[in-house]
Amino acid sequence: MAYTTAAAEHRAVREHCGLFDVSHMGVLELRGPATLASGQRLLVNDLARLGDGDGQYTLMCNPHGGVVDDLIVFRLHEERLVLVVNAANVATDIAWIREHAARGVEVDDRSGRSVLLALQGPDAERALRPRTSLAVDTLPPFGIRAGTVAGHPALVARTGYTGEDGFEILVEATDAAAVWDALLDGVRRQGGLPAGLAARDTLRLEAGLPLYGFELDTTTTPLEAGLGWVVKLGKGEFLGREALSRQVATGVGRSLVGLQMEDAGVPRHGQAVWIDGAPAGVVTSGCRSPTLGAFIGMAYVPSAATRPGTPIEIAMRGRRLPARVASRPFYRRVGREKHHARA
Amino acid sequence: MHVPEELYYTRDHEWLRVDGAEGTVGITDFAQGSLGDVVFVELPKAGTILQQGEPFGVIESNKTVSDLFAPVSGRVVAANDSLREHPEAVNQDPYGAGWIVRIALEEPAEVRNLLDAASYREQLAREQRP
Repeated sequence: MAYTTAAAEHRAVREHCGLFDVSHMGVLELRGPATLASGQRLLVNDLARLGDGDGQYTLMCNPHGGVVDDLIVFRLHEERLVLVVNAANVATDIAWIREHAARGVEVDDRSGRSVLLALQGPDAERALRPRTSLAVDTLPPFGIRAGTVAGHPALVARTGYTGEDGFEILVEATDAAAVWDALLDGVRRQGGLPAGLAARDTLRLEAGLPLYGFELDTTTTPLEAGLGWVVKLGKGEFLGREALSRQVATGVGRSLVGLQMEDAGVPRHGQAVWIDGAPAGVVTSGCRSPTLGAFIGMAYVPSAATRPGTPIEIAMRGRRLPARVASRPFYRRVGREKHHARA
Repeated sequence: MHVPEELYYTRDHEWLRVDGAEGTVGITDFAQGSLGDVVFVELPKAGTILQQGEPFGVIESNKTVSDLFAPVSGRVVAANDSLREHPEAVNQDPYGAGWIVRIALEEPAEVRNLLDAASYREQLAREQRP
């Protein structure tokens, strides 16, 4: 799970950069004339805001507003979308897309043929630039371009899951080892490290980013998860729109919050959150934050108890340990201002 | 995988170093490697009575949480308080700076229930077999 120690990898990504193999993510391509219209029906964010080479964070919801998956969608062109989805959901997603997409939309599962590498951190651009044909210094956030990395064909996107600047690089599986070696050389020259999934989890938790299966599932809605900004109710019909419109009108009963333990102890998925002496919510994930040195997590609590500072208790091993609601994200990168205009 | 010759081991991956009437307890190199970065060790207070085979504390990494089991019975003479600030010592030096408690042995003959280094290595070989 870790190449060195997870804490060292975490620090490398915050201070320099790190290289992750995130091939566990699923990569789906949607192709055909009805692709864009089908995407608008399947996804809650507004694809009309994307031009060719743009991407956005979005969600697939069921008619009850529950989250089927969270993903990043890229528009390569009008008849070709790339979806980066959660590995555990690939089969569900394909079935869901086939069921709800218009006829003639081809769903191509690239997950087995492609390898996704994530190069993340303030020095990611410096590590990548000499090793790609693309002008990555002008690639805007969520932008995607086709070019080469280490001489091999690649799709390079300015996306990530760590709270840092960075890139996700999609290459053919047969080229992956060569691309990995070239990028790792760049990473090491910047003082960075190869990094594993343990560091990826503490990085995303500090950044307050949800993980499917923990903060999100078919029983949670985007509004409960604090992802209301992703849902574009005004864009026209889409799956889940009616239920989500209703929830906007009535308000949510529970909300995802950050939490910080007063003392030591890792809050863990499924532990009960107590408020005023009664069970009132549930922990979704937690860790010891390497940056803060504190024990942090996320939890669903009643929407009346979301104010930062609200005292709560986490049930751990037969005891209840004191904690507080904390604002998310726990970590926000300080902008290293760019010296060029973003495209 | 480092398994020092002079120590006793439990099947749950604690080690015991006997020094006269006292014993020092920690977790093995294998155990710290399986846990990943240790972020918290819940230590018993001095004076706590431990029973062989019973849990006496908890060790947490971000990945998982494990009970600590007493290799032998006895009274806690000291807990390694430096682990509160530096739990990573368990990863960096599991048989040294990462020790967890020192206990006054109540029944020294109990070490007969523990594994020696050779038997513990055999257990590791069995556990690592897919």
